[in-house]
Amino acid sequence: MTGVPMVLAEKVSKNFGSNRVLRGISLQVDPGEVLCMVGPSGSGKSTFLRCINHLERVDGGRLSVNGQLVGYRQKGDKLYELKLKEAAFQRQDIGMVFQRFNLFPHLTAVENITLAPMRVKKQSRTAATARAMELLERVGLEDKGDAYPTRLSGGQQQRVAIARALAMDPKLMLFDEPTSALDPELVGEVLDVMKGLAKSGMTMIVVTHEMGFAREVADTLVFMDEGVVVEAGPPRQVLSDPQHDRTKAFLSKVL
Amino acid sequence: MSERGADRVTDPAKKPATATATAADSADAIVAIPLRHPWRNVIAVVLLLGLAVFLLDAAQRPDYGWADVGKYIFDRRISQAAWVTLWLTIYAMVGAIVIGLLLAIMRLSPNPVLKSIAWLYIWIFRGTPVYVQLVFWGIVSLIYPVFTFGIPFTTPWATIPNGIFTNLFITAVIGLGLNEAAYMSEIVRAGLLSVDEGQAEASTALAMSWGQTMRYVVVPQAMKIIIPPTGNEVISMLKTTSLVAAIPLSVDLYGVSRGISAVTFTPVPLLIVASLWYLLFTSVLMVGQHFIEKRFSRGTGRLKAEKGAGTPGTTSTPTPAPTSGPAAPGGPGVARTPGAPLGNDFGGKG
Repeated sequence: MTGVPMVLAEKVSKNFGSNRVLRGISLQVDPGEVLCMVGPSGSGKSTFLRCINHLERVDGGRLSVNGQLVGYRQKGDKLYELKLKEAAFQRQDIGMVFQRFNLFPHLTAVENITLAPMRVKKQSRTAATARAMELLERVGLEDKGDAYPTRLSGGQQQRVAIARALAMDPKLMLFDEPTSALDPELVGEVLDVMKGLAKSGMTMIVVTHEMGFAREVADTLVFMDEGVVVEAGPPRQVLSDPQHDRTKAFLSKVL
Repeated sequence: MSERGADRVTDPAKKPATATATAADSADAIVAIPLRHPWRNVIAVVLLLGLAVFLLDAAQRPDYGWADVGKYIFDRRISQAAWVTLWLTIYAMVGAIVIGLLLAIMRLSPNPVLKSIAWLYIWIFRGTPVYVQLVFWGIVSLIYPVFTFGIPFTTPWATIPNGIFTNLFITAVIGLGLNEAAYMSEIVRAGLLSVDEGQAEASTALAMSWGQTMRYVVVPQAMKIIIPPTGNEVISMLKTTSLVAAIPLSVDLYGVSRGISAVTFTPVPLLIVASLWYLLFTSVLMVGQHFIEKRFSRGTGRLKAEKGAGTPGTTSTPTPAPTSGPAAPGGPGVARTPGAPLGNDFGGKG
């Protein structure tokens, strides 16, 4: 393990027009760490996650992944915006799982998983497919390789989506409310896969409303509200002994 | 759409025997006399009688010249002209699809210059009649007899005669293609916009480039939306080619049949001959469109349901399926009336 943090955010800010969504987020995620972000909707959790892989452009502060500035290149004291190709290259190390799965409906589960490795990393179909089957087995769907997404339940789709992200061998996984669109009885199977992933040492940032999961798996729990980090710390401490009034108010509603 | 409804239309005289026979199979099935539709039969009989009268009359009327229809239908000049029409359609449509795709991407691009150019193009080419445009392209070679290259108001570096617009076939392809491109761009744009934003986002998050995202994720899904209206456009284009007479190009199907009838003074039989050839082509195109649509509806669930029946043949079998029984999943209820999913209105705009 190097001393370089996987994610380092220093006073990151982001505006949508006059709407200040992020107002100076500072936090650090070390390799192998699992960070869970909770907070009311509209607090900027998802936006921050999308900034990390440059789906959204950071407007202020510094955000770096694995020691590399996200979306910009520094030359002297000037910042240059990255070309689309360079930004895409940065994303190779970052996997993302979406609330609404976003599987490609015209491709089977295996094709969903092999698409990026074949097109971006130029892997052969045989190698990519073998890896896809391995990943499907890991998420418990080895018999669903030929199924189209519409034939899968929400939980199964989300597990395929996790396998798809893992196929690029990311160093960091981002989860944007991965269980919020699921029927309650399907949440467990997805959380189990994520727990397994955390145990294997993957660095993860998880935006979630699953407090039980956060308590069990997270190394750090961050509570965000109105674009700022209100409180951060070990999950047990934050959940059982919140220091801030806003944290207390939020937790009293969700726990 | 309701499969049962479609079948009922094709099979108005359904025998109640079918219902009772199926009912015997399952204990709880309802045994009832099906609702009668006496007026349907009455109207059908009246219309059939009317059609019979018309056909009998037409068969005897000398103006139709059925002997001439038989004589010219496989005439070498006609079949060669049919090829010209077919190739005009193909070249013009290929050009229109390529330019239309470009225009659609330009209109969706964040670059305001490209956006305006595409808008202006569509405004002009969709806002003027294709017949007028064809006349214009026909006289372009008079307006621009030579192409000159160089800096304006200085001695030109090179001057080449305008060989493009003196070739009337190429002129026709350009005229038809440029007009059609404006319509195609709107179709493509609607298709690209129909794909959920999350798809491009997921693809981007997987480190795929914009081009890869378009090619492997967005465009394949947009195809489902783009294909059906494009099929209509091809059919429409096939018929619009008859307007190349405005250029004037007269080696296409309509032009040649007019040419022959001008000599023989038998206009009606040659119009019938041309119409039969147009109908043949549009019918083949409709069948082709059906299969392409099926190919691009992968992953939408509809195709999988059909596959589940294990009888891919049923989808195109014209035999009316028995629909009175309980529709088992993947049963014969999946069968479609031929042509029904095409949804063509043969809409033309020429």
